[in-house]
Amino acid sequence: MKKINLTIDGSKISVDEGTAVLEAAKQAKVRIPTLCHYEGLENYGACRLCVVEIEGRRNLPASCVTPVQEGMVVRTNTARLREARKELLKLILASHPADCKTCEKHGRCELQNLSYEFGIRDFGCRMHDKRHFIDETSPSIKRDLDKCILCGRCVRVCRDVQSVSVYDFANRGCASIVTPALCKNMSETNCVACGQCTIVCPTGALSETDSVEEVWALLKSGKRAVVQVAPAIRVSIGELFGCAPGTLVKGKLVTALKRLGFNEVFDTNFGADLTIMEEASELVEAVKEGKTHLASSCCPAWINFVEEFYPDLLPHLSTCKSPHQMVGALVKTYYAEKLGKKREDIAVVSIMPCTAKKYEIKRKELKGDVDAVLTTRELARMIKEVGLELNDLPESEFDAPFGITTGAGAIFGASGGVTEAALRTAAELITGKPHERIEFKEVRGFGNVRETELVIGGKKLKIAVAQTLGGARKLLEEIRSGRKTYNFVEVMACPGGCIGGGGQPIPVRESRQKVIEARAKAIYDLDASLPLRRSIDNPAIKQLYKEFLGKPSSKKSKEILHTSYKARKAYGV
Amino acid sequence: MIVKIGVGSCGLGAGAEQAIKALEKSGAEVKKVGCIGLCYLEPLVEVETSSGPVFYAHVDSKEKAEKIAREIKAGNFKSASMTRKELEQSANWKKQVRRVNGNCGEIDPENIDDYIKAGGYEGLKKALKMAPEKVIAEVDRTGLRGRGGAGFPAAKKWQFCRAAKGETRYNVCNADEGNPGAFMNRMLMEGDPHKVLEGLIISSYAIGASKGYVFVRAEKALAAERMRKAVADSRKKGFLGDNILGSRFGFDVEVVKSAGAYVCGEETALIEAIEGKRGTPRARPPYPAQRGLYDSPTNINNVETLAHVTMILSKGADWFNGVGTQKSKGTKVFCLTGSVERPGAYEVPIGFNLKELVHGIGGLDGKPKLIESGGPAGLCLKENQLDVPLDFETMQDEGTVMGSGGVVVFGEECCPVDVAKHFMRFTRDESCGKCTPCREGTTRLYEMLEDLTSGKGNRETLEKISKLSELIRDTAFCGLGQGATNPLVSAMKNFARDFEAHADGKCPSYVCGMGK
Repeated sequence: MKKINLTIDGSKISVDEGTAVLEAAKQAKVRIPTLCHYEGLENYGACRLCVVEIEGRRNLPASCVTPVQEGMVVRTNTARLREARKELLKLILASHPADCKTCEKHGRCELQNLSYEFGIRDFGCRMHDKRHFIDETSPSIKRDLDKCILCGRCVRVCRDVQSVSVYDFANRGCASIVTPALCKNMSETNCVACGQCTIVCPTGALSETDSVEEVWALLKSGKRAVVQVAPAIRVSIGELFGCAPGTLVKGKLVTALKRLGFNEVFDTNFGADLTIMEEASELVEAVKEGKTHLASSCCPAWINFVEEFYPDLLPHLSTCKSPHQMVGALVKTYYAEKLGKKREDIAVVSIMPCTAKKYEIKRKELKGDVDAVLTTRELARMIKEVGLELNDLPESEFDAPFGITTGAGAIFGASGGVTEAALRTAAELITGKPHERIEFKEVRGFGNVRETELVIGGKKLKIAVAQTLGGARKLLEEIRSGRKTYNFVEVMACPGGCIGGGGQPIPVRESRQKVIEARAKAIYDLDASLPLRRSIDNPAIKQLYKEFLGKPSSKKSKEILHTSYKARKAYGV
Repeated sequence: MIVKIGVGSCGLGAGAEQAIKALEKSGAEVKKVGCIGLCYLEPLVEVETSSGPVFYAHVDSKEKAEKIAREIKAGNFKSASMTRKELEQSANWKKQVRRVNGNCGEIDPENIDDYIKAGGYEGLKKALKMAPEKVIAEVDRTGLRGRGGAGFPAAKKWQFCRAAKGETRYNVCNADEGNPGAFMNRMLMEGDPHKVLEGLIISSYAIGASKGYVFVRAEKALAAERMRKAVADSRKKGFLGDNILGSRFGFDVEVVKSAGAYVCGEETALIEAIEGKRGTPRARPPYPAQRGLYDSPTNINNVETLAHVTMILSKGADWFNGVGTQKSKGTKVFCLTGSVERPGAYEVPIGFNLKELVHGIGGLDGKPKLIESGGPAGLCLKENQLDVPLDFETMQDEGTVMGSGGVVVFGEECCPVDVAKHFMRFTRDESCGKCTPCREGTTRLYEMLEDLTSGKGNRETLEKISKLSELIRDTAFCGLGQGATNPLVSAMKNFARDFEAHADGKCPSYVCGMGK
């Protein structure tokens, strides 16, 4: 690509043609403040905080939408710019609620951070009351329009990354709002609850529905409190306690949960291993019968997406419940029996990297097997509330029986992980003996749609892995049109899979992609370090089948571990 | 005996409908024509008598029309307001050079044959015999600059678009005229739609566009209707469609009604709106000529600019260059409204003196207090600033005096702070809401102006207004925001005493309900 030479704050730099000045500055190690720009999203140019001085220009152009030009001389930190940015911030703040202390984003709010950095002490004009409402109709996502600064990140992530387009702008001037079509409540829209909007939102306008108090109440209720932890949490929650992205805090996390008062701390990785047994059997069956396009069903936002946009493809979805729902269902049957308790005397809480799981547990088909879902962020708050320093805690082990897991379960947290885990077991189910490979690195990575072919037991398996719902849509269009045929399809709604989930810690300064990559690396390192790496080798799983379920896809398995789907009707149509 | 009656929305609004009915009933040969530009006389009836045409003004009732019918029968035209000759000698007519408006008030805008008889589509015929580059060169020779306000040279715009890579090229007529006090585009589309359409076809041929749009402000329903009819009639005659007039050039036009937002007059917001999206501006570059409508090279010209193109091709660049200034040739239509005797749309050579326009043509007695020229991004001038030429070069307070050609005259009784507040309310309401400075800033400015006009302001308010205005100008996303504070800033400078008085709790004009 053609290189363009320019000067930023006196240092000469050469960047690709078409690069925005903001991006070029980043390469020159200059961080220009912004509220509407977001890595990976189309530049929008609305907040204007990223204004710069460019020699020869009279006004102050926004660096995010100004492409570099040969010989351009850019200044990013003049008095005029500081003054302008400060005034712009004040304009935003003047119509922003000042209730930082009770705001979900407190401490991680980009507006608050900038306000602090710019030393803003007053707004220079009358505070302006907005009179919007708080939309709490969705089980997953809470919208507080008063806190919206109209940066449009949610509009862009939902439209351009997820291809769902729940949000757009409405009205003009200072009456502008971001809203679903027809100003409907979230529960009436086609929102699939992935929560990516809560990640990119710079303020507290979008956040997960808060379940912390509900969980405290469960812990107080005298019920047997059972908690389980998704594979992606142990490599991300450390970030909220000052650890570098990708720090594994598994044992400390278990201790923290025990200290919070949970009776049993189970590992959703067990559910993942179990999912593999069921799903790999489904796959083997499908291959035998010549059925195509068996699609994974672990990701609830993906399920919502198919129900909403591709109801004709619902028969291709695996009927397996998601891993935490499997654990929930077993706790309330198998484990309840063992404890000699009734199901209503047990409360199951899932710690998930995900906002869609909050929606999922409310599905009628799932019979309330899981009582509450906490995101990574919510759990971190609970741990902090009771004054625990995660880093200082001793390590503990997950409880048996649903704490005995394999590397296959661990990699569920990354995009491609379900496929790799399934292959590890399916190979043996097909050929009757273990495959010579444990790792199938060809399905790992961060491309939105990845395809691969594998020959197992003389059979060619065509596999597709998609991440983000935009990637999923691309894949489904190919499938629906008949242009592509696959044996197995894995979709994770979030970038990078669950490690980039909508309930995960929100990177503020770091590159989100780099953070996701670090989390992925931690997951694969964990997998490599484990003695057992194939679900089929999990002794607890073997025991469970022997004692309770019989075999994969047995009548009992179907009853307890499988579910059904139906088309959704958003906007009442 | 032909009786011409103006059926622009101005004439119709003033009651022309009743006059038409009555005159037709009397058996007169009524010819519906466009607006001649003399707003203050509407509804205006012109009767072609044996001794030359005479005008009847304010024919807004059945009775008045019946009286004309009786006079026609009797052959005496006693109650006529004036003869055509008298009009042509009048101060507000003889200084005009009516070119783009030449057919307005003369031909039936809904009759394509009438337009052809008046020399219509000759320009297109000539253009199609020339190479497209030659057409651009001919327009380039006039230096024709956009009449929509920004004044970018049309031929340059076409060259960029023609040179841009792309399979399809689009050509758009910007008819989203939304400035309060500007109605020259509406008048032209209502009075001579084919002249605009012909210019669009010619420019499309020049740039190699195959599809055109006329983006008409929704409120201008009659203009849109007449443009639609013009497109349909033109298609029937072979001026649109495949192989226009036997050439290898094919082109067609769609008339699109804007959703009615001021910001949609901004080129890139206009493109978004045609695509069916919310009308908000796009970042530039890429410019529309590179990547515009549906990501294809797109050219956008104002209504009046296109009408000039028609005239240039039919009469030649030399003819066009016959009037104007050293630097800018041709004419410009100005809409004169407010405290003047003769409000109307007047076409004068570029470089015409603003004072002459307001006093000579507008017939203003005494001194105006404030003249707002150029709409919401225009300037508030005071009387002693009027002695300037209306051209692209003359600047006042960082803006051109000419703008898009709307001139609103405020008399002695007006309060400049109140006027500035009025314009600020307009931009606040019309801001698309995308960028912080325009959305939040205009709201704050309006608030502060409200403070000033209600006695709640002080000297600090004035400082804050100046500072915030500068910020908005420097940092707003598009032209609407960058120009939003022009009227306010110029008013503060030119009427500093009034602003200071308001800061001290007094309104010298007794407008703002405070002491003097």
